[in-house]
Amino acid sequence: MTAFRAMLVRELRLALRGGGDMLTLVLFFVIVGAIVPFAVGPDRELLARIAPGMVWIAAFLAMLLGLDRLFRPDHEDGSLILLRQADLSLSAVVAAKLIVHWAVSALPLIVASPFLAMLLAMDLDTFWRTLVSLALGTPALAAFGAVGAAVTVSIRRGGLIAPILIAPLSIPVLIFGTGSITASQSSAALLFLAALSLMAVALAPFAAALAISSGED
Amino acid sequence: MTMETTPKQSWWNRIAHPGQFVTWTRPLLWPLTVLTALLFLAGLYFAFFNSPEDYQMGDTVRIMYVHVPNAWLSQFVYGVMTVSALGTLVWRHPMADVSMKAAAPLGAMFTALALFTGALWGRPTWGTFWEWDGRMTSTLVLLFIYLGIIVLWRAFDDQLRAARVIAVFTLVGAINIPIIKFSVDWWSTLHQPASVFRADGPRMPGSILTPLFVMFFAFTFLFLVLHLKAMHTEVKRRRVMTLQRKAAQGVGA
Repeated sequence: MTAFRAMLVRELRLALRGGGDMLTLVLFFVIVGAIVPFAVGPDRELLARIAPGMVWIAAFLAMLLGLDRLFRPDHEDGSLILLRQADLSLSAVVAAKLIVHWAVSALPLIVASPFLAMLLAMDLDTFWRTLVSLALGTPALAAFGAVGAAVTVSIRRGGLIAPILIAPLSIPVLIFGTGSITASQSSAALLFLAALSLMAVALAPFAAALAISSGED
Repeated sequence: MTMETTPKQSWWNRIAHPGQFVTWTRPLLWPLTVLTALLFLAGLYFAFFNSPEDYQMGDTVRIMYVHVPNAWLSQFVYGVMTVSALGTLVWRHPMADVSMKAAAPLGAMFTALALFTGALWGRPTWGTFWEWDGRMTSTLVLLFIYLGIIVLWRAFDDQLRAARVIAVFTLVGAINIPIIKFSVDWWSTLHQPASVFRADGPRMPGSILTPLFVMFFAFTFLFLVLHLKAMHTEVKRRRVMTLQRKAAQGVGA
């Protein structure tokens, strides 16, 4: 357990001291959302109708953008090989990385979502539901992302391929994420979203660890 | 009680050697090709000349004889890839890698054909090439997954390492496909309650079922022939690469 905690602390330190990565992602998230009115026009009614979907798309793209730093720096400087030899199993290492990845790339987006809600003319009720659905859905996005990053870590141009692999797998998250905001059966969608996140977070570390150890040797 | 100590040379072990696999399966190729051709001849004869027009759709119902087998294969090929992925990860069977790699482009092709024939069929019957219907949407997503796997195969230099990584991704996809299918169904019923699809259409008479069955087997055998041939080609391609590497080393030394 101490090894796991040490891993968490290491990842968190690396993420927080690694410069403005976190702020860049938040900026990207807000900019994608802010670009929408320029494309579809500043009609408040239309914006309010598409706002939940747009927030989800922005969050989805921002999470894809942050994927490459999950395993690649460790792969390049060789620490991934050391981590494979460690007492702590690789799945636990991946789980620690996944938790920190969610905390530094999804949590800031949720914190920043009020900006987008304001820009896209969301009402307060929709905003709260968006917040809940983002909080429940982003763990699944992070988990799928971890699998994609692990599969492509040993490819030199893997950063380009991972989003292509993950996007089709993430469709259920988007469906239930926006469904829990807009649809008539929103509580059912919210439950599905939570189930999806739990399942993805539980299984992804094993799949990602398997992919890393088969790709490295 | 006697103990079996000599290692058993089952067919399973024998085909693990790529060269052995090719020599063992090459005699199968021609009979299978002939069988496929005969099935296609019979199926197309039934489909064009010996089956009735639909009372609503007219002649366009004949698209079904091409569309349904392709739609079936789009999922069957992913099943083949999943079993091969298990073969790669669990038994480390060398031919499972080859089977997995050879199946991916075929699966993408059959899925694309299913979408294409579906669009051709949809235009005269529903009045639109594309509808965001549950089944069509999940087939499209399946095509994206196939294409992603092909991209992944091409991105790796070392094909042996690629096989194990892609096997992991194929299995993740296999777990995900039912979830995607369920979520897309949930989503499409939500968006358009009165779907153009009836639940299971009118009951089919035998005169339509016969050509459908024959075509179904024809396309499945077509996949088997193409898959086997693609596996042979892949084995040869790897051998060429090894020879080239050896030649290059010889030049350098």
